[in-house]
Amino acid sequence: MSKIEFAGVRKVFQGDTPNPVVAIDNIDLTVRQDEFVSIVGPSGCGKSTLLYLLGGFLDLSGGEIRVDGRAVTEPGPDRGIVFQHFALFPWKTVLGNVEYGLAEQGMGKAERREIAQGYIDMVKLGGFEDTFPNRLSGGMQQRVALARTLACDPDILLMDEPFGALDAQTRHILQEELLEIWSRRKKTVLFVTHDVREAVILAERCVVVTARPGRVKTEIDTSSGKADGAAIEKKAEEIWDVLREELVRT
Amino acid sequence: MRPLAGLGRTAFYYTPLLIIGLAWEAMARTGILPPDLGPSPMQTIAALRLLYTDGDLVMHAGISFWREFAGFASSCVLGTAVGVGMARVDWVRTVFRPIVTFLYPMPKSALIPLLLLWFGIDHMSKIAAVFLGCLLPVVTSAFNGARGVEPQLIWSARSLGTSSTAILWKIVLPAALPDILSGVRIALSVSWLLLVSAELLISRSGLGFLISYTGESGDYSSMFAAILVVVSIGFLADRLFLHVIRWVLRYRDFTG
Ligand SMILES: Nc1ncnc2c1ncn2[C@@H]1O[C@H](COP(=O)(O)OP(=O)(O)OP(=O)(O)O)[C@@H](O)[C@H]1O
Ligand SMILES: [Mg+2]
Repeated sequence: MSKIEFAGVRKVFQGDTPNPVVAIDNIDLTVRQDEFVSIVGPSGCGKSTLLYLLGGFLDLSGGEIRVDGRAVTEPGPDRGIVFQHFALFPWKTVLGNVEYGLAEQGMGKAERREIAQGYIDMVKLGGFEDTFPNRLSGGMQQRVALARTLACDPDILLMDEPFGALDAQTRHILQEELLEIWSRRKKTVLFVTHDVREAVILAERCVVVTARPGRVKTEIDTSSGKADGAAIEKKAEEIWDVLREELVRT
Repeated sequence: MRPLAGLGRTAFYYTPLLIIGLAWEAMARTGILPPDLGPSPMQTIAALRLLYTDGDLVMHAGISFWREFAGFASSCVLGTAVGVGMARVDWVRTVFRPIVTFLYPMPKSALIPLLLLWFGIDHMSKIAAVFLGCLLPVVTSAFNGARGVEPQLIWSARSLGTSSTAILWKIVLPAALPDILSGVRIALSVSWLLLVSAELLISRSGLGFLISYTGESGDYSSMFAAILVVVSIGFLADRLFLHVIRWVLRYRDFTG
């Protein structure tokens, strides 16, 4: 059975401007349990909006989003999110951030500390438990955000250009870590990116969204061809060719 | 070594004040300053000692402190609640926004006679003056702080299991705290000014009363001493509060 279904999803922002913005229009998309799907598209085509709708942060203007067959109405710990700019709680330490969700679920102090520590070690931040986010580099902050989201063990992981603000080396390391995490503990992942190579390396399927108003333009299978650099480049080129048509439209 | 160096820097910073005091004293003693301009610094300090030993100073300062604390604390709690509520709850904004906009430009000291009429000349009118003086700076800073909270912080917390009501105190309040505290700092100095003014105007106790009473009875040394105490308390309270703010917001400083 499909894990996530977008059916005729539409989002219009009324905003302060006189003419409303149709961010996405009539998106249909189905994601299987434990599938890793990447989403690429021109800037402003509604990729973030799509994730926020699934997260339950925004109200739909039309259509329906179902998770496990049930319509999404509000946010919930079954859908974890990682933002491009981390969105850590600056007044909480690394440990405080990572165990926040566990505390919200009513878990006792000793137990949540142990679990949080496990995730902190997993993202290689042992020794920084009592440090405030402000004193960490961007890459380290994104690791904290990842640990904070994973600690609640969500079924679905929403990632909105999570490595977009990081330098190339850090991005590469975090990509590998994410893949390792995903292979060890399967989750359904929706991963928005501007980097088509990243889409190929990480995902099993790449969804290309059209220029605004966003719709699904094409889906490209990226489950194979990750073995060597040449294959990755070839696949990336294939996505680029589709994407380029949309980029010139914006 | 570092605390000592800090102390040295502080001493250096306030040296000009000390020099003015010494010069004043010297001019008073040599007669350059006519005596009817008021007591010299040393005379003031002597009067201060006397006021302290006979217990008057402690009593009036205690009363002023209590009024300040009662008005300030209740105003901070209520002002924060209203400000955050206005930012996050539509009906609260609809109700309070016109009230705040209307009261904002009003000189709060104009309310003192009215408060005397309503609450009498004892504690309540003074507490009310402090309360009203603090309220607007706290409300507006809490409102601005709470409005500026990044949606992604709220969404993160929501998807980690926080209910939409609990978001108010678990996320919005701490995220707005830097703004709230700077509003509270303004409130602290404004309210002290208002309290002493109210006590000066009509009162039977408090430091403001002490100033007006000693002044009216011609005891200018004591009057100067009381003024010195009022100024010093205002100054020390602000410094102390600044340190509290730094400590509460210590997560923000980069070098640690
Ligand atoms: N809160 C909002 N109010 C009004 N318009 C909005 C709002 N959020 C997004 N939009 C508009 O909706 C459209 C889609 O925005 P969205 O952020 O989803 O794009 P995106 O694909 O994530 O872009 P990028 O790749 O640059 O991150 C944009 O045109 C944007 O201006
Ligand atoms: Mg986006």
